[in-house]
Amino acid sequence: MPSDLARLGVVDAADRLAAGDCSAVELVEACIAAQEAARNLNAVVADTAERARAAAVHADQRRRRDEARPLEGIPVAVKDIFCTEGVATTACSRILDGFVPEYESTVSARLWDAGAILVGKTNMDEFAMGSSNETSRCGPVRNPWSPVDGPSLVPGGSSGGSAAVVAASAVPAALGTDTGGSIRQPASFCGVVGLKPTYGRCSRWGIIAFASSLDQAGPLTRSVADAALILEHIAGFDPRDSTSADLAVPDLHTALQGDVRGLRVGVPSEYRLDSLPSSISDLWEQGIAWFRDAGAELREVSLPHTRYALPAYYIVAPAEASANLARYDGVRFGARSMGTDPDELYTRTRRDGFGEEVRRRVMIGGYVLSEGYYDAYYLRAQQVRTRIAEDFRHAFQDVDVLLTPTTPSSAFPEGAKTDDPLAMYVNDIFTVPASLAGLPAISVPAGLDEDGLPLGLQLVGRAFDEVTLLQAATVLEAAAGTFRPPAMAA
Amino acid sequence: MALTDDDVRRVAELVRIRLDESEVKPLGEELSRIFSWIEALREVDVAGVAPMTSVVEMQLREREDAVTDGNCRDRILSNAPAAEDGHFVVPRVIE
Repeated sequence: MPSDLARLGVVDAADRLAAGDCSAVELVEACIAAQEAARNLNAVVADTAERARAAAVHADQRRRRDEARPLEGIPVAVKDIFCTEGVATTACSRILDGFVPEYESTVSARLWDAGAILVGKTNMDEFAMGSSNETSRCGPVRNPWSPVDGPSLVPGGSSGGSAAVVAASAVPAALGTDTGGSIRQPASFCGVVGLKPTYGRCSRWGIIAFASSLDQAGPLTRSVADAALILEHIAGFDPRDSTSADLAVPDLHTALQGDVRGLRVGVPSEYRLDSLPSSISDLWEQGIAWFRDAGAELREVSLPHTRYALPAYYIVAPAEASANLARYDGVRFGARSMGTDPDELYTRTRRDGFGEEVRRRVMIGGYVLSEGYYDAYYLRAQQVRTRIAEDFRHAFQDVDVLLTPTTPSSAFPEGAKTDDPLAMYVNDIFTVPASLAGLPAISVPAGLDEDGLPLGLQLVGRAFDEVTLLQAATVLEAAAGTFRPPAMAA
Repeated sequence: MALTDDDVRRVAELVRIRLDESEVKPLGEELSRIFSWIEALREVDVAGVAPMTSVVEMQLREREDAVTDGNCRDRILSNAPAAEDGHFVVPRVIE
């Protein structure tokens, strides 16, 4: 049954392929069919079926010749923010209409070099600016957990399409990017695993830039082991990214075998918000109990500057975005709105090409970087960021990993927060601090709320200690089990 | 912190985004709301705190000053909205 093949995770699919139980052609066809069947989700924005079929034939040939690579024949969907050579890439923005990259991002190139196959470019918030996938010029994505006859729930964002296509079992894994929570928040909303590696672990080269000191690529999968395997193949030094870390990538697979007895797990008291729904605080307590049962040592820790993380983020990220997005001028690539002189060409192109949220953030960024305001806003935000990083450094003297909720709510209905930017920004309240500090973090599906919607718990690790992070994640996964959307269960 | 209409027009000009006059006031109100939320940062004591300039502790690398790329004019121009004779085409700059 092809549909069963599409449900396989990365590790299981690799085993089946290696054992000769199925072919890459069958696996790829199963994912193409599953994505076709899940079309109503609007999770996939560029059709890659023909390329994928050709690559699958090639993968099966390599295997017959005993030349199979570690991910030979494994389908992976890729967020539309990764430049893919010869495949339209727009970051779901009108301003990149018609852009077909002449080069491949380092991270996706590494996947294809390891034998993986591109099956679907996924929908996202425009330029990764959003927490609900509703700012995409390709339209919103429907969360596979939406009630069958009810309103569409958002998948989270900005990697909403990647989370949805994995949750719908239409691909074993997808790549996303995370700037302030854009992998972890949609992973939580869709009931899948989402991993943001340490800043510098994965190359940013060829990823359309949003906020360069925060952007980081990572996997969305249905299991922790699958996330570890994908990370192993996308991580590593790249001379083309000046902030890429020149460090060996650990054997993350072996790491998962370890046990967590004696692991010190920190619980940050500042994350206990009064406004937190009881379903989320109860789940957090449950997570604490799971770690205790597994032999870990739980400790309360303090991260005193937590409440300043979100405001600092909304200076730093828009400032960097306004600089990065200055390149969209209607001259060198993408869409153009004509003007009678260059200035009119720029201002009309950017007016027509950027959506409302992107224009808003570029304006915020332009303002905080403008003459007379730089010190009051940008400089101060970067000082606060230092404080936040110090908080974490201090906490990690006493603990090995931190346990928090991923999001302050479960998936909400489409349109519920589009009129209030601040209400939307608060979605990232638990994910932004680790982003500002550059730390690795993972969201693991941990339970369902009273409406039957998935909720994730977040773990945050020390810089470059993905090993401990993933080890701890397996504890949550083993205790909580895995979750499938009811509509997909049949 | 409230942005004036002139602030909004000034920023729009800096970031080269055309605004209709009717959008200036609502946008100013919305940005003012966001900035008054950001004001919370004033509470933080940052005296003597170095601004973060490197996310993870690392030394910036140096590289050989060598050409590693080039001879790809036509590939670059392939994505241009308008190109002619190996050049980008823009509206007339000099009258």
